[in-house]
Amino acid sequence: MKHEIVEKNVGLMMVLILVVISFGGLVEITPLFFQEATTKPVEGLKPLNALQLEGRDIYVREGCYTCHSQMIRPFRAETERYGHYSVAGEFVYDHPFQWGSKRTGPDLARVGGRYSDDWHYAHLFNPRDVVPESIMPSYAWMNYASMENNNTDVKMKRLRMLGVPYTDDDIAGAREFISGKTEMDAVVAYLQQLGTVLKDAR
Amino acid sequence: MFSQDLSGFWSLWITVITLGVIGFCWWLLNGNRVTDKAPAANGEVQTTGHAADGIEEFDNPLPRWWFLMFVGTIIFGLFYLVLYPGLGNYKGLLGWTSTGQWEDEIAHAEEFYAPTFQNYAQSDVITLANDPEAMQVAGRLYQNNCAVCHGSSARGGYGFPNLTNNSWLYGGEAETIRNTIINGRNGLMPAWIDMLGEEGVDTMSNHVLSLSGLDHDVAKAQEAAPMFQAICSSCHGADGKGSAAMGIDSIGAPDLTANTWLYLQPGQSVYDSVSYTLRNGRNGLMPAQARYLDYGVELPANIDSLSAQEKAQLMPKLHLVTAYIYSLNQGK
Repeated sequence: MKHEIVEKNVGLMMVLILVVISFGGLVEITPLFFQEATTKPVEGLKPLNALQLEGRDIYVREGCYTCHSQMIRPFRAETERYGHYSVAGEFVYDHPFQWGSKRTGPDLARVGGRYSDDWHYAHLFNPRDVVPESIMPSYAWMNYASMENNNTDVKMKRLRMLGVPYTDDDIAGAREFISGKTEMDAVVAYLQQLGTVLKDAR
Repeated sequence: MFSQDLSGFWSLWITVITLGVIGFCWWLLNGNRVTDKAPAANGEVQTTGHAADGIEEFDNPLPRWWFLMFVGTIIFGLFYLVLYPGLGNYKGLLGWTSTGQWEDEIAHAEEFYAPTFQNYAQSDVITLANDPEAMQVAGRLYQNNCAVCHGSSARGGYGFPNLTNNSWLYGGEAETIRNTIINGRNGLMPAWIDMLGEEGVDTMSNHVLSLSGLDHDVAKAQEAAPMFQAICSSCHGADGKGSAAMGIDSIGAPDLTANTWLYLQPGQSVYDSVSYTLRNGRNGLMPAQARYLDYGVELPANIDSLSAQEKAQLMPKLHLVTAYIYSLNQGK
């Protein structure tokens, strides 16, 4: 094919560029959809309950992932600080996953159970009350934000279409489950379950 | 854990595309190879024949160093794919995996640091607490694991105990501190509003203030004294000195005579804090720390019957932190 033909036909050039750059994805991404280690949940993994699910959505809304990652890489420096390295099977029900790509604050992949609920309430209300050195913003208003009339059940139905095994009972009881709870309750419930499934995690 | 292996099709898919792309790069490079071309005698430069708006494209050869570097990357790529896992299920001659590398790192660190920590584990808590070098190591462990709740100065905060004032909910002996860190604690004070009523909360709060010698209404305090003996004394003791003073290290009912208030908010009066506690109860929780401090430790079922020495051997880092907390309260 003459150079000139490609250079003078933008449409053809775009198609050829797409073909060339697709090889990386075809090799590195596509096969993962068919690998057990990345598609099967680890033993004991349960879908987030209604309250935790709302907490996850608030986590996304507030952009927590811009400062906190949720992925411990297999390096000693990380496993010493955060616990056992993350494995793909822990995230199969996450749509979308919250791995993040930058740590201004610490990794949260295994923060669940590490501190008491009270600590999380105090810390989210005003981080400097418990960690004077902290630069994290305060999320005090979540204490007063109700989640009444949230469409948690609809979210659960959509997630079920993506393969998260919610039962009909889960979905039917979702609104009642979060009734009377604040956004703060939801975020703490979400944080307290992070990374607690993997048995040999510390 | 699930298998990392791919099915034969996907393994072949990766192998064929990867090698195909490398071959394609080589073909593209070689097909356009015009490295040895002298300029024409008359100074004319050969062009590719494309012209746009009167601008022509020279057909000069690739610089040789650039060409050779490209060849180098192809050779590097092929060697890499032989040595490391890159082609489907092929494991590579070196047998490298990311988890294998992590395990090596851990094993290496274990070999390097274990003698130091095992050495510390030979000493008892009181000896270590007086060893400045050991306390430097322990201080680091404290900052990484404990400071988040108890503060970098260990003086605690609202709802998080001060570890430097020799005032203890569960007792300040070395072994009690160690058990607190291993298993965590859950201090539960029930809400008494149903039993006491609003008036009872008011009189009982005054009684509690009187125990610490703070300003209070004497008549109200005396009125509540029998009720204190009836319901509060079973945890806080008849004299209000707390469960630890009674020799019980599991309840964590505070000494009400020490004028130390765990749940006193900045700017709040002691009366308000105490009456809030009486009305609503408290639930203080410290998570168990053994598996955070000593990586991979498995607590035996008979952990409570082990001797101090055996616990130190099993959890040397936790041993150091115990000594650190102990040292903060010496001479107080």
